[in-house]
Amino acid sequence: MSESVVAGGGAPHFLVHNEGDHVAVAVQDVDPGRRRAVYLDSDRAVEVEVTETVPLGHKVALADLDGGAEVIEYRVPVGLTRRPVRRGELVHVHNLRSARWARSE
Amino acid sequence: MGAQRVSLSGYRRPDGRVGVRNHVVILPVDDLSNAVCENVARVVPGTLALPHHYGRLQYGEDLDLTFRTLIGSGANPNVAAAVVVGIEPNWTHHVAEGIARSGKPVESYSIERFGDLKTLAAAARAAQQLLQDASELRRETVERREVVISIKCGESDTTTGLGSCPAVAQVVDRHVADGGTVLFGETTELTGGEQLIADRCATPDVRARFQAMYDGYIREIEASGANLLGSQPTQGNIRGGLSTIEEKALGNIAKTGTAPVVDALEPAETPRLPGLNFMDSSSAAAEFITLMGAAGAAVHLFPTGQGNIIGNPLVPVVKVTANPLTARTMSEHVDLDVSGLLWREYTLREAGDRLLALVDRVIEGRLTCAEALGHREFVLTKLYRSA
Repeated sequence: MSESVVAGGGAPHFLVHNEGDHVAVAVQDVDPGRRRAVYLDSDRAVEVEVTETVPLGHKVALADLDGGAEVIEYRVPVGLTRRPVRRGELVHVHNLRSARWARSE
Repeated sequence: MGAQRVSLSGYRRPDGRVGVRNHVVILPVDDLSNAVCENVARVVPGTLALPHHYGRLQYGEDLDLTFRTLIGSGANPNVAAAVVVGIEPNWTHHVAEGIARSGKPVESYSIERFGDLKTLAAAARAAQQLLQDASELRRETVERREVVISIKCGESDTTTGLGSCPAVAQVVDRHVADGGTVLFGETTELTGGEQLIADRCATPDVRARFQAMYDGYIREIEASGANLLGSQPTQGNIRGGLSTIEEKALGNIAKTGTAPVVDALEPAETPRLPGLNFMDSSSAAAEFITLMGAAGAAVHLFPTGQGNIIGNPLVPVVKVTANPLTARTMSEHVDLDVSGLLWREYTLREAGDRLLALVDRVIEGRLTCAEALGHREFVLTKLYRSA
C-alpha cells in the first residue's frame, strides 16, 4: 500500500531544524527540482535544487559533504557520511552512518 | 509564566496520589496464576486482569524489579483496589502487603493446597465486593499538577522530532512550571544526545547517577557483542527517514522540553521530587509504560511517527502524531493529529494548547484510542535469565 503525501501550495517542501544544519527534512513527498526549505529557528526560507526523489520524512543535503564528514542536524553531529554527498542528494542509511554503536558497522 | 492551578476531577487515593481511572485489578504474582486471574475478570466483568510472563525463579536485582513493578502497579493511583493471586503464599503476601502500604483495599490468595477452582471462587467473591465498593468512589476536585505524566515516543520518524515531540514538550514544560511531575527515560535512545541530558541535571549528584545509568546500559550492550544496527534505529524508524541512533535520540529528547532533570530513578521507582525525572529504562514501549505505571504515572503522552499502537491496562496512553500519512491511514490510533505543524498551519504553542486541552479531557475520563481499542500491553522488564 503506497500513498503519496503532497501538501497545498503554501506549505514548504522541507523543514530545517537549525541554521547551520547540513540536512533538511521533507514534509511531503518531493520530486526533483527547485524546492523550498524553511528553517524552524530563524523562519528563513531557501531554495534547494533537489536531484532525486525524497519521500516524506526523508532528508536532503543542504551542503556538499566530503566522505567521512560529520553531518550536522539539530546543531549537533548525527553521524558520518559513508562517501561524498552533493547538495540536493537524498541523505539516508546508504550514505550516512552512526558515529556511535561501536559494533554497528 | 507563573504556576497555574487548574482544577479538574480525579480520584484521590489514601496515599494522597491522584488517579484518573478507577480500576479494580486482578494481579498475578507469577505466570502460573494468570489463568485464575483472567477467569476472575471473566466472572466479575468490570475488573481488570494483569497477566504477565514472569515471577518464578527470579533472583537478586531482577526479582527486586519484578516485585517493585507488581507492587507499584497495584499501588498506581488509577487503581482503586487489588486482588493478588500467586502460586504459593510467601511471595503472594509480599506483593499484597506492598500494595496495601498505599492504603487501598487488597485481598490475596495462593493456589497451592486449594487448586485453581477454589481459588477462583474465593478471589472472584473478593473481586465482586471490591468492585462494588470501588463503584461508590467519587471523583473529587484535584489540580492538574497532581497528575503524574510520563512520556515516551515510539515508531519514531523525522516528523517526531519536527512536530509531535515538540508539541509534547509544550505540555511537559507547562506541567513542570505548574509544579507537576513528568517521567522520561529510554536510556539507550539518548545516545548522541546524552550530553544534553547530563547538562540539564539539576545537581552534580543527579548528573553522576544519570551518567552511571547511561554508561552501565551501554556497557551491557557492548559486552553482549551484538550488532545493534537493525534494532536501533528500528526498521520502522528507517522506513520513516531516520538514519542513525543520534538523529533518533535528538528527536526523542525534543519531547523533554527545557526543564532541569531533578532526579535519576531506578526502573519502576516512585519519584521523590516534582519536576522532570529521568528513569533508567528500556525504550520498548510496553516495558517502558509498565515501568512508568509502576512508578505512579497516571497519564502517558506518546508521540509517534510511523504509528506505534501501544496501550497500557492502567495508564491511558495519548497518541500524538505529526506524520500526515499515519494520521490518515491509522486514524483510529491517533488521539491528536499535529501534522499541520509540518506545513506550518499553526504554531507549536497552539499545538501545545490543543494537547493540553486533550490531556485535561483524558484526566476527566475521556477514553484514549488505545483504551477504546482494548490495548492493554503489560510487560515486565527482565534484567537477566531466571535461576
